[in-house]
Amino acid sequence: MSEDHLYLTLAEGHEDDARWAFGTGFEDPLHGVDTTVPAGVDAAGLAACCLALGDDALVSAQRLAEWTTRAPELEEEVALANIGLDLLGQARLLYARCGQVDGSERGEDAYAYFRDADAFRNVRLAELPNGDFAFSVVRLLVLSAWRLALFERLAGCADPVLAAIAAKGVKELTYHRQYAAEWAVRLGDGTDESHRRMRAALADVYPYVDELLATGPGFGIDTEDVREEVTAVLGQVLDAAGLDLPDVRPLPGSGRDGDRTEHLAPLLAELQSVARAHPEATW
Amino acid sequence: MVTTATPATDARRARHIAAQVPDPELPMLTLADLGVLRDVEVTGDGTVVASLTPTYSGCPAMAEMRADVAARLRAAGFARVEIRTVLDPPWTTDWITPEGRRRLAEHGIAPPGAAPRRAASGPVPLVLSATRRTAVPCPRCGAVDTEETSRFSATSCKALWRCLACREPFEYVKEI
Repeated sequence: MSEDHLYLTLAEGHEDDARWAFGTGFEDPLHGVDTTVPAGVDAAGLAACCLALGDDALVSAQRLAEWTTRAPELEEEVALANIGLDLLGQARLLYARCGQVDGSERGEDAYAYFRDADAFRNVRLAELPNGDFAFSVVRLLVLSAWRLALFERLAGCADPVLAAIAAKGVKELTYHRQYAAEWAVRLGDGTDESHRRMRAALADVYPYVDELLATGPGFGIDTEDVREEVTAVLGQVLDAAGLDLPDVRPLPGSGRDGDRTEHLAPLLAELQSVARAHPEATW
Repeated sequence: MVTTATPATDARRARHIAAQVPDPELPMLTLADLGVLRDVEVTGDGTVVASLTPTYSGCPAMAEMRADVAARLRAAGFARVEIRTVLDPPWTTDWITPEGRRRLAEHGIAPPGAAPRRAASGPVPLVLSATRRTAVPCPRCGAVDTEETSRFSATSCKALWRCLACREPFEYVKEI
């Protein structure tokens, strides 16, 4: 088949050619998946869980993408962009599932592009600016260790679609956590300067860790069980890196309840600007 | 053209056509070689139902794969085509066929080893030791004196390596 033929096929169903561009207007990422919610599943709890995990992933993906053209080395830029792409894929699947079960029948774009900051339910750690490379490494380590531990458990949950999304995510998150852990050890156990920066990054990140561990997105997952595993993993990495846990107090409030930092609104303004400038376009 | 199509020959033909569709990002592989074409069947009313699974959650090629499979089946005379996405069980590199592995190597991309086996329960282990993982042989010169330069590459499914013998960089489909 010629390439022209393929792109024409992709454009099928978009009668107004001017509104079609490569990379937009694709079908639902859950296209053709059996989307029945099994009897006895708490649909509201499932929707809230998908929304929180989708928001964590979308906001993290945006921050990771911001490293493109700014990372210390090309290889790291490629790595961070790939990790962001995995998370973006997870966000799409989770938003699609959310729209099926929260009664709104909204598509993924409604969640990503047409909600304001106060409607997001990601943890605040995800929305903080990138800072230096050490900060981004520590944040990625914490977020991926938690998400991996949670997804392992969600892979056995009562909703088959969320379970499948989680089982797929486990494989990806294993690579994300490994990447962040190896950098944490290299920098913590590196030069005086890299060690100093890692200590500073830990002090900046840790006030937000309790929010992540204390307020799981629910849906039948034992928060304490997840906390125990994440704490053990982070301890293992910090040990190998020659770093101590910082002595900081947890910040009050929670992004899961809608508390935001001043950083989310500008992030969304950039992420949503094109979709909102052309609200009738098919994205 | 006069055909004496029966449901069984239709199904075989549909399967054959779908299996020949090349992957958009690794065009030396067919979707069947890559293991993303999970099933092709023909229902009672003659609809071809092809099931695809994404390699990674963020795989941007899924929409192209869907469109391509549907277009080829339609071009082959199947009027009703339905493409389904299957998420469970998740894709693994173990599903890349022997022919697919041979073709990857032939095109300078090192094929994956066996995907990591996980214990049935318990957390995913985090290994931080400095020991090098199993060497990936260079797809160009065959030397095993190679090293990883990045676990991520131009597509989600590959890592960047280099050969210390012939000095050539190469890509490697990482196990998942």
